[in-house]
Amino acid sequence: MVLIYTQNWDGKFKKLSYELVSYGVALAKQLSTEAVALSVGNVSQDELKTLGKYGAAKVVSVNDSKLDVFDNKIYSKLISQVAENFGAKVFVFAHNNEGKALAPRLAGKFKAAVVSGVSHLPKSVVPFIISKPVFTGKAYADIKINSEVKVLTLFQNSYGVHENSVQTTVEELNIEIATPSIKIIDKQRATGKVLLTDAEIVVSGGRGMKSPDNWAPLEQLAEVLGAATACSRPVSDEGWRPHAEHVGQTGKIIAPNVYFALGISGAIQHLGGVSNSKCIVAINSDKEAPIFEAADYGIIGDVHKILPELIEEVKKLRA
Amino acid sequence: MKILVCISHVPDTTTKIKFVGGNQFDKTGVQWIINPWDELALTRALELKESSAGKIDNVTVVNVGQAETEPTIRKALAIGADNAIRVNSLPKDAYGVAYQIAEAVKDKGFDLIFAGIESSDFNGVSIGGMLAELLDMQSVSAVSGVELDGDKFKIKRDIDGGYELLSVAAPLVAIVQKGIAIVPRIPNMRGIMTAKTKPLAAVEGVAVDCVSEIIAYEMPKPKPPVKLVQSAGELINLLHNEAKAI
Ligand SMILES: Cc1cc2nc3c(=O)[nH]c(=O)nc-3n(C[C@H](O)[C@H](O)[C@H](O)COP(=O)(O)OP(=O)(O)OC[C@H]3O[C@@H](n4cnc5c(N)ncnc54)[C@H](O)[C@@H]3O)c2cc1C
Ligand SMILES: Nc1ncnc2c1ncn2[C@@H]1O[C@H](COP(=O)(O)O)[C@@H](O)[C@H]1O
Repeated sequence: MVLIYTQNWDGKFKKLSYELVSYGVALAKQLSTEAVALSVGNVSQDELKTLGKYGAAKVVSVNDSKLDVFDNKIYSKLISQVAENFGAKVFVFAHNNEGKALAPRLAGKFKAAVVSGVSHLPKSVVPFIISKPVFTGKAYADIKINSEVKVLTLFQNSYGVHENSVQTTVEELNIEIATPSIKIIDKQRATGKVLLTDAEIVVSGGRGMKSPDNWAPLEQLAEVLGAATACSRPVSDEGWRPHAEHVGQTGKIIAPNVYFALGISGAIQHLGGVSNSKCIVAINSDKEAPIFEAADYGIIGDVHKILPELIEEVKKLRA
Repeated sequence: MKILVCISHVPDTTTKIKFVGGNQFDKTGVQWIINPWDELALTRALELKESSAGKIDNVTVVNVGQAETEPTIRKALAIGADNAIRVNSLPKDAYGVAYQIAEAVKDKGFDLIFAGIESSDFNGVSIGGMLAELLDMQSVSAVSGVELDGDKFKIKRDIDGGYELLSVAAPLVAIVQKGIAIVPRIPNMRGIMTAKTKPLAAVEGVAVDCVSEIIAYEMPKPKPPVKLVQSAGELINLLHNEAKAI
């Protein structure tokens, strides 16, 4: 059995969970077994049923106010109990903060291999062989898993969402949850903005933007495109932009449909975070900049002059 | 109190990656460094110790590796760790490494264990969480700040679009990412001199089964050359009509 760990935000699923279900269901089919989608927290029946649109025939829901605190020990224990209950042998998590926190704990519990950041189904299931990026995207490795239990984390926006409507049964599980040993003192969360990790289009600025005062047109381009904003490491190190926007090997690793690199040279450490983007657009005044080797489309020119033109063109297109 | 920092020995981030025989990483000419996250974790561990008024009295680093990793471990000592443990074993998979670390440190009474979110070689994203599980300890991942707060730790954890401030009792494993420290400490002359005499204990690894193995490597497919255009209008047109991306 394949156990899919879904995630909800204030009771709602996002594309991320539908992608996880799409993947987990296809994986179960490849393994000739069933898939079960697990939902933790307060999610309505109607919302749980939306997972059925992507092939989840069985959804298990666990809800308890003690789960409001994301306590890794409690969550991993809960997931292992559900897994034992249903005889799960393969786990699918998202390759994001929550999945990265839980997947290795489950692997530790079951003496299993964890393969993190997969984007495709296994190349073979007997033996179980699956590809993952290594050396921060500079290469791929085929991993053969020998353990009976297997834990995978799926790269967001890589496998895609695949509709496959089925009849869904929802089962509420009552599991005793311990009191969390960690306490939340404070929580800050921006709302309303497109999250970098969710975004299908990302507009990113580097040192070529010259000054934090030049970011207004970049933000405006992001707005007209419905995109999130990002930046290179020196830009966040200088305090021009918040640290949460830094992408690259030591920042966030993203794979949007389009990545706009504006005034970014394309250092290897930067590309490590964005090279999985489906389409890279570079605007740089230096025709030798390495970003042009990674880019699909490019303009050699001054970003300050081109940005306002881009905004106008997107507005025209959207009108 | 005592802090342990897990350090992974990895190729410098600018290394050109090559393979020999299809499934061996070619180590010729490679410069080795402390995994960037671990360097930042070590920096933070030392800051915590120094500002704790004696409450934290030890920072140990641990590495699972063969003798070739000793220069990397010595560098950690030069940066300021008090002592080091090297578990003499060739890392084969994440479970094995986590198991070796757990065996080496389980009765040593560490209050805080730092691990990086991932190694820049195999990008496993595994050791920290596995180690916590094997030691039956609490773990907090996506950690971008740690402070000592009485007998507890105040931890900043990144979440989508923001952060949480947590209060967590020792012992715990903190799995760190960006922000934990901004600039990694570099060894000074005195550090380099004293590192030579600091204790570096090599302990033998224990037997553990391999749960996974790398059977082949592949290089990413070469990209077609960039399509250069002259104007914003042309670019948006191509993105819309050709790439169907916007
Ligand atoms: C261990 C390690 C980890 C790292 N991790 C990361 C990481 O995660 N992310 C990251 O981004 N970096 C990372 N770096 C840093 C990386 O090596 C580069 O220094 C960095 O990415 C460069 O940022 P940049 O492209 O914004 O700046 P620069 O390299 O200074 O490039 C600026 C670019 O702007 C162009 N430009 C200038 N003026 C204009 C103009 N008017 N119009 C158009 N273009 C213009 C220039 O031609 C140039 O190509 C890391 C480095 C190390 C050593
Ligand atoms: N061989 C090793 N010895 C000690 N610590 C390690 C080793 N490999 C990885 N780690 C730690 O685990 C973190 C995550 O690595 P990984 O799970 O391999 O991506 C690293 O940042 C280190 O803190």
